[in-house]
Formats: sequence, C-alpha cells, structure tokens
Amino acid sequence: MANSIKIKAKMSGDVAIVKSLISHEMETGLRKKKKTGILIKAHYITEVTCEHNGKVVMTAYWGRAISKNPYLSFRIKGAKAGDKVKISWVDNQNNTDTSEVAVS
Amino acid sequence: MSTMKRRLFLKGAAASSVVVAAAGAGLITPRTVLAAWPAKAFEAKSTSDVLKSLLNGSDTNPGDIAIKAPDIAENGAVVPVTVSTKIDGVESITFLVEKNDQPLAASFNLGATTQPFVASRVKMAKTSNLTAVVKAGGKLYSKSKEVKVTIGGCGG
Repeated sequence: MANSIKIKAKMSGDVAIVKSLISHEMETGLRKKKKTGILIKAHYITEVTCEHNGKVVMTAYWGRAISKNPYLSFRIKGAKAGDKVKISWVDNQNNTDTSEVAVS
Repeated sequence: MSTMKRRLFLKGAAASSVVVAAAGAGLITPRTVLAAWPAKAFEAKSTSDVLKSLLNGSDTNPGDIAIKAPDIAENGAVVPVTVSTKIDGVESITFLVEKNDQPLAASFNLGATTQPFVASRVKMAKTSNLTAVVKAGGKLYSKSKEVKVTIGGCGG
C-alpha cells in the first residue's frame, strides 16, 4: 500500500501538534451491495502506533466506528523541531503502512 | 515450469522473503498484528460491558474532561470528536458512542510524554451520547455530550 498516511507535525511552544489523515475504507462489514445484497467484507484499521524519535508515545485500538479516511490528532510534550514522528497502522486484513515526518 | 511462470514465482518468492526479512528485523512488527486488539470490548453491546472488558472497571467518576463535538451532526458517518482533559497521569482515553450497536469506537493508550488530547472522527448510527472515558491513576472518569444526528440531505 503506497503512502496512505499524511502527517503534519508542528511545534507550538514545547509541544508538537501532530495531525494526520489516513486513506482507508474503514468498511464496517455491515453494509450490503445494493444489487446483490451480498455483505461487503469488513476492512478497517485495528491498531495505530505513534512514535516520537523511535519511542512509542501512543497506541490506538480502532473499531469499525472510526470514520472512513480517518483523521487523527495528538500532541507530544517536550518535542523539538527536527524530531521524528512516525505513524503506523495495521488493519483487520493484515495490511500495514507507515509514514514518518520531521517536526517543523 | 514455463519461463514466465517461473519468473512470476521467483518474483513472488523474492517479495515474500523481503517481507519475512523485514519482519525479522522488526520493521513490520508482526507483534502488533497479533497484539491484544480488544475484540471482546469492540463486540460488547453496552457501555458497561465495554468498561468491564476494556478498562476493568464499572463506575466512572465525573472529571475535568472537555469533549468537542458538533451539537448536530449532518453526516453521522463523519462526526469529529476532540477529547482533552486536565486530569493528571492519564493512561488512556476511550471514545464510546452509546447508541451504536457496539458502543466502543476507539481507545487511545497514551505514553508519559503525550498530552491528554486526542481528536478523530467517528460514525454514529443515530442521535446519541458521545462518551469519553479517561483512565488515570487506575481510576475511570467520564464525560458525555449528546450529538444529534440528522439523516440525509440538508439537515432535514
């Protein structure tokens, strides 16, 4: 999966404000195809891991109720410009993706 | 094996061996693929079952928690939610949509350097309370906000 994660990380005082947008269907598995009535398979991100300079600062468990193309924002204390912020996700079909940016 | 088939096979084998090598090097961390995704909590049909299964608790205390979400959500599929709190020592923040068939939407485990602030967007089946549960110092705190969900069209 080519890069599905867009990250913006900006310093505000001594806190890095991280905003990200992930391209993902987040299909609940409860919808049916209109013509055939066949259930569309559930396909959603189950876990998101956020790292700051290689150290995990947040892990999120997601379910089918997170919106399509999920938005995620969080804040890291004591960060500095140039620090690395990395976001990785895994979904229920075992796909993964990861992206890293430097804090500006 | 025909030449083309052999090439495709080798390409596939090479690709999968890269994955295995990367996994071995800890780059893909299969550990997280098998990790403790709280299935029982996500399948729970009531907020009390979610609290028991995910957070090992039942009672929540009122706390200094701020929930920012629209009073009326035009589109129940994309409801922005921001939760922040002034409580000290926050270990996790959990989002519940009470009237969803399965109320647990997400749970965020925060490290020591992460501010107790998290924003995302959730799906709401209908008008319901959005509840944020904060776990701090082993205790549970919660705050709810009602979000009205209008179905279809221009808010009507």
